[in-house]
Formats: sequence, structure tokens, C-alpha cells
Amino acid sequence: MSLSRQEVEKVSLLGRLRLGADELDQMTAQLAQIVGYVDQLSELDTSDVLPMAHAVEMANVFADDFVRPSCERQAILANAPKRDDECYRVPAVLGE
Amino acid sequence: MSLCSCSAIELLGKLEAGEISSEALTSEFLQQIAAHDATIHAFVRVNVEAALARAAEIDQRRRAGGPLGPLAGLPVAIKDNLCTRGEPTTCGSRMLEHFSPPYDATVVARLKQADAVLIGKTNMDEFAMGGTTESSCFGPTLNPWDFRCVPGGSSGGAAAGLAAGMTPLSVGSDTGGSIRQPASFCGVTGLKPTYGRVSRYGLVAFASSLDQIGPLGRTVADVALLLNVLAAYDPLDSTSANIPVPDYVQSVRQPLDGLTVGIVREHFGEGLDVQVEAAVREAVRVYQSRGAKVREISLPHSKYAIATYYIIAPSEASSNLARYDGVHYGYRTDEASMLAEWNAERRELAARGDEQALGNLDSPLVRLYRRSRAEGFGAEVKRRIMLGTYALSAGYYDAYYLKALRVRRLIRDDFDAAFRQVDVIAGPVAPTAAYPLGDKIDDPLAMYLGDLYTVSANLAGLAAISIPCGFTAAGLPIGLQLQGPPMQEERLLRAANMFQQATDWHTRRCPQLSTSP
Repeated sequence: MSLSRQEVEKVSLLGRLRLGADELDQMTAQLAQIVGYVDQLSELDTSDVLPMAHAVEMANVFADDFVRPSCERQAILANAPKRDDECYRVPAVLGE
Repeated sequence: MSLCSCSAIELLGKLEAGEISSEALTSEFLQQIAAHDATIHAFVRVNVEAALARAAEIDQRRRAGGPLGPLAGLPVAIKDNLCTRGEPTTCGSRMLEHFSPPYDATVVARLKQADAVLIGKTNMDEFAMGGTTESSCFGPTLNPWDFRCVPGGSSGGAAAGLAAGMTPLSVGSDTGGSIRQPASFCGVTGLKPTYGRVSRYGLVAFASSLDQIGPLGRTVADVALLLNVLAAYDPLDSTSANIPVPDYVQSVRQPLDGLTVGIVREHFGEGLDVQVEAAVREAVRVYQSRGAKVREISLPHSKYAIATYYIIAPSEASSNLARYDGVHYGYRTDEASMLAEWNAERRELAARGDEQALGNLDSPLVRLYRRSRAEGFGAEVKRRIMLGTYALSAGYYDAYYLKALRVRRLIRDDFDAAFRQVDVIAGPVAPTAAYPLGDKIDDPLAMYLGDLYTVSANLAGLAAISIPCGFTAAGLPIGLQLQGPPMQEERLLRAANMFQQATDWHTRRCPQLSTSP
């Protein structure tokens, strides 16, 4: 399975990364090498094997349903790179 | 013998007997840091004043006969991916360089309750992704045994700080070997507990089905002491195990009668350094001389462990690291220059009349995400985000991610079968001892292959420990790995302690680091 530069560029958009031209070239070569290595799993017949998503397979862990204090808003906002009194600030999302 | 090379248990005895105060002890370790950390760089942050104040407060309580926790007055170093309230928690990443969490990780809160003195945060590979501690945005940590070599990783600072006598105990994290491999490279003892044994609440997530916090120390007994404090059920971590925790300190010195040690046929193949193999085989003979039976076993799917791990771990990482968006917390690109760049691109495409490219142009918000992440993350983190995003993307999910989850079960089944025949599995931690800085930095696959012996324990959810078992001709430490069934830390620690009672590898100290007088 070989990876094209265009494919890597598309993955960089999905992964919300912006890669320069040199970075794209290097990433394409390195990912192709790694994907080539992991492709060896295809030699195993796993059609009857259930996927194991977790080291400890448990389900439906419920917490008691009661109201308790959470972190203060200002303590959370203190780490935001751009904020006002009660919100995070982002660039305009709707047209100009 | 200098205090900085004593075991934590010895130091605790001196504190309890009133031979030394916590303030004096903490000063000793701070002096060792001041003397050598400009070279080694095990710490990214040292809390000089806070540590001394805390030590003095504990001393005062001790003098007054007040209640004291099980680690009262002992310095402990914390890996910098564990949240410490109001203090920077950087993960070795530019992305989190100025991040101060609003809460403590559960293990940090438990250490405070145990009256430990938190002396500082240790260096690590960025977001715990790597095996050398070279990818930290603060620069690499050096191996105290040979400054030309890496300390291993990702908990390289945790292990190097111990080996250099800068702390008696360290807390690390292990997603694919990140406690055990640096422990092996630095000649200290490190335990990856079973998944669920220690709460992950407040551990910055890398791969959530594999991550586990664990103790590092100079001896197995020290590791047991620290595990006693770390291990507990925590309602804040829904994957933490709600089962009783044994008293590991109480049991660690009891040898195991009738122990059967398994050695894995597939471990002794191509790529294993001859000196490492010789040390590991000699360690197995030590067990035989203590009355243990040795049995060869097979883990037929072990050769697929690296491929399985390097699909699952990056997939989970790409999802976990999606939270770093330059908006909620962490690094954000310069907005004005980002908007200028975006507007210029749009004008150029419009002038060319390239309607298709114009339609494909990302929005300013998406551009903000992409530039913040491109500038905030280092090369290895980007590589894993890309790999994981690819493995999870439409058309490849079944072939890679789902396939890896199926093989993960085959790997677990191999261990289940093996542990019906043997009590613990002994083998190498890593195929080689520590190697020079820069050796594998441009060859990610070669670095990944170094995780061959450690990733299985994370995939299968086992407990595993690394203990010193020899040195190379060049004087670099070699580690022995013992793996045990899930939740059998007690058995593992007792088996590991049997080895340390019969050998003195764990008592060797770095020759070039004369400890402070």
C-alpha cells in the first residue's frame, strides 16, 4: 500500500495540521514506510476474532446522579489564549 | 553513604527515627539537582521554595506528634504530564508551555495526602510519544551513566533524576514502555501497573486504552512503597478498577515458593543485542538458583505487537489530541498574521479565477486550528496524529484500526494461555542498552521497533516491571522485564524483590556523579 502526497495532504486537513511543502514530502515518505510495516497484519486471518477495544473490558459504569460543584468558570478561562469575561474568542466564523 | 544514594525506605527510616529532618533531606536533593541538572536536564521545573516550605511544615507536624502520611517528608518527582493545580504542566510541548491546570491529578492529590514533598516536574518526550526524551520542547535529558547517550523515554527525566540521585522516588507514565524502558536504560526499577490499578484522572491523555501511571525507584521495595500510595479506585476515572488494593509494602519481602518463570522463545531472536541476551539469561539462572522452575513458552503473535500498537496508539492519540485547538487552552498562532496569510491566498486564487481551489480553501477558524497545531506540536507528535488520522479515516478504518483491535485480542489470548503455565514471564526490556543521542531521531520506524518487548503488556493490560540485571562492557545498565497477569502486582513485586535480594545490580551508582558532601 503506497501513500500519495495528495492523500497525506488530505489527512493533514482532517487532522487539522498545516504542513509545509518539505514537511509534506518527509511525512509522505515516513508514513509510507510505517504503513508498509503495519500492513503485515493483513497476513493474519482474524475473521472470527472479536475486536478488543480496551485493556479491561467493562461497560456501563454509572455515577450517582447528584449535583456537585464543578470548576469555576474563571479558573477554566484563565488558560484560554483569547477570551472575554465569560467566553472563548475565535476568529469570525460567519462571512465578513 | 550519601543520602542521595539511599533507598526511599532507608530515608523514611531515618526520618521516622529523627536522624534527619525532611527539610535537611529535601535540601540534599535540591543541592544534587543544582549541582548536576544543568548537565543532565532531568527536570523541567524545580519547586525549591515550595518543597522546602512543605518539608518544614511536615517536620513541625512530626515534632508535634501529629498524624503523618506514609511518605511523610520524602521528596517525590512528578512527570510533567500529570496535572498539578496552578503549576505548569507542559507535557514537554510548546502547545502546553504556559498551561496551568485548574485541578490536581488524582495521583498528585494522593501524594500530597501522603505527605510527600513534591520537588519538581520531570522532562519527557513531547506528549509521552517517544523512547529517548529527545522530543521535549525543552531539549533532551542525558543519561547519567553516559552523557552521550539517551536516558530512554518517554519518562526519561523521571528515570535519569533517580539515577543521578536527584530524587528518591519518581512517578512516570507508560503507554508502550515509557516507564520500563527508561528504567532499564538508567539502571533503576520501574513498574507499569495493570490498566485500571492507578487512576488516570489528571494524566494528560495520549492513548487512553493503553496509558497507565506508575512508580519508579531505586529498589523494588521503594516501588512497592510508592505504589501503595498511587493505587486506588477513583470514581473520577471510570476505567479505574473497583477492587481492593493489597498492602504491597507488607508482602514485597516474602519470597514466592514454587515460582515458575516463563521465558519466551520469540524474545530471543534477531535484533537482540548479545550482551543484553547474556544478562537476561544469567538473570533467569539467578531465579533457578533460588528454586524457581523455568519453562520455555511461546507467544505466537508477539511479532505483530509493534504493528498493532503503532495503529492503536496513534489512532487514540489523534483523537485525544484533537482537543488542542488554540481556543480552549494551550498555544495559539498569531491571529493577525494568520488572517493576513489567509486573505492573501484568497485574493490570489480569486485573481487567478481558480474557483475549485477557492471552494477548497479552509475557513479562518480551521486555519487557526491548523496553524496553532502546526506550530505548537513537534515532529513526532504530528507524525502520530497523521498516522492515527489516516488509520481512522474513511476507507481505511476496517483495514487498519479494526484489524489491529482484532490482533490485540490474539495477543491477549497468547498471554492468557501462557499464564496458565507460568507465574511470571522474564525477558529483556529493550533489544539494546542506551544508545547515543540523535541515533534514531530521523528514523521513526527504527525507534518504534525498540518497543518490541514492552508494548504487549499495554495491549494485553498486564502488569510489568523493569529491574537492573547487569551492565554492558561500556558500563551502561541492562534491564530485566518481568510480566505478570492483570492485577498481580503483588506477585510481580515479590518475584522482582527475590532477584534484588540475590543480586546487587540495583545498588550500583553512576560513577561520574559525585554526590554532594
